[in-house]
Amino acid sequence: MRDDHLWTLLLVFVPMSLLSIGGGGSILAPMYHQTIEVHGWLTPREFIDLFAISRAAPGPGATVVTLVGWKVAGWTGALVASIAIFLPSSILCFIAARVWNRYRGTRLHSALERGLAPVGTGLLFAGAIAVLRAAETGPLGWAIAGAATALLVWRSLHPLPVLFAGGILYMAGTRLIS
Amino acid sequence: MNDEPRPQAQSDLPTVRVSLTEIFLLFFHIGSLSFGGGLVAWVHREVVERRRWLTQAEFLGGLTLAQVLPGINMANMAVYIGQRMRGIGGAVAGLVGLLLVPFFAVIGLVSVYGQFGTSATLQSFMDGLATTAVGLFASVGVKSLRTSATGLVPVAVIAAIVVMVGFLRLPLIPVILGLATVSVAIAWHKGAAGA
Repeated sequence: MRDDHLWTLLLVFVPMSLLSIGGGGSILAPMYHQTIEVHGWLTPREFIDLFAISRAAPGPGATVVTLVGWKVAGWTGALVASIAIFLPSSILCFIAARVWNRYRGTRLHSALERGLAPVGTGLLFAGAIAVLRAAETGPLGWAIAGAATALLVWRSLHPLPVLFAGGILYMAGTRLIS
Repeated sequence: MNDEPRPQAQSDLPTVRVSLTEIFLLFFHIGSLSFGGGLVAWVHREVVERRRWLTQAEFLGGLTLAQVLPGINMANMAVYIGQRMRGIGGAVAGLVGLLLVPFFAVIGLVSVYGQFGTSATLQSFMDGLATTAVGLFASVGVKSLRTSATGLVPVAVIAAIVVMVGFLRLPLIPVILGLATVSVAIAWHKGAAGA
């Protein structure tokens, strides 16, 4: 029975790893569908709780997959699910990085590097805007995000104190407003 | 087994020699302390600003690769940087370092979660962290402008991505592939003109 669960975890998360284009956010909808509606591993409430916990922990938010594995089959499940979500895409990225670095110094490589630099910058700003809009934090959120940006650019502070100051300010701000 | 300095003619090799332990410890540090998202700011600060393992342009190239390929962006970034510095060993060191603490941390949190339950204050603090984390990656965007916004075309590409992906929420992959192709083609032609 347990082995069946482990295989199912692999079958669910390996394809998700290879389809998670654009980062961890893109797996949430298919994951919700698979874990709740298809396999009945979690209730919607449990899914939301696990998602909140994965955000409260350090590291990428995709560790929510680790928690699904843990719920399904304990420590082994956590390990299998984590490997299933992180390893396939990492192997693909390794191959791409190898090819990319092999052409270093060629005209094509430098054109790619110069051409992709504005794309990377644009994606950083687009990501910032997308998160602020999705979080529906209102003007307070935009103000705090803007202030954090300015502080980090001009003073080059360590991100951790800035992050915690922002968290506390936001918490106090929402208390005052409500 | 291969500690000889490598010949300089091979331009595909990094200029800084870094040990596997250094790569592991860097990503272990980032993985353990990066609450609330915005990991890209941590990686940029350590890898570009302080340790100078990568130039700004190399970092942006890797970041674009990490975002276009499937996978969690920061896991891809760890693999890309690890590979660049030390090949397969570096990639493994970066990825394992990044995920080790988060793996145990989420399971630890879910185990104590029953005792705390959902607290509105904690939830609001977490929302605040996520909001401030936006500032973390926006700051990397601002810092990278000097390298990327070098003319009219690059500025137009940046603006187009911000509008199309950030505001209009058009599908990421076709937008990036389209704009990247144009941007790289123009860089290629400029390269020819400059040479």
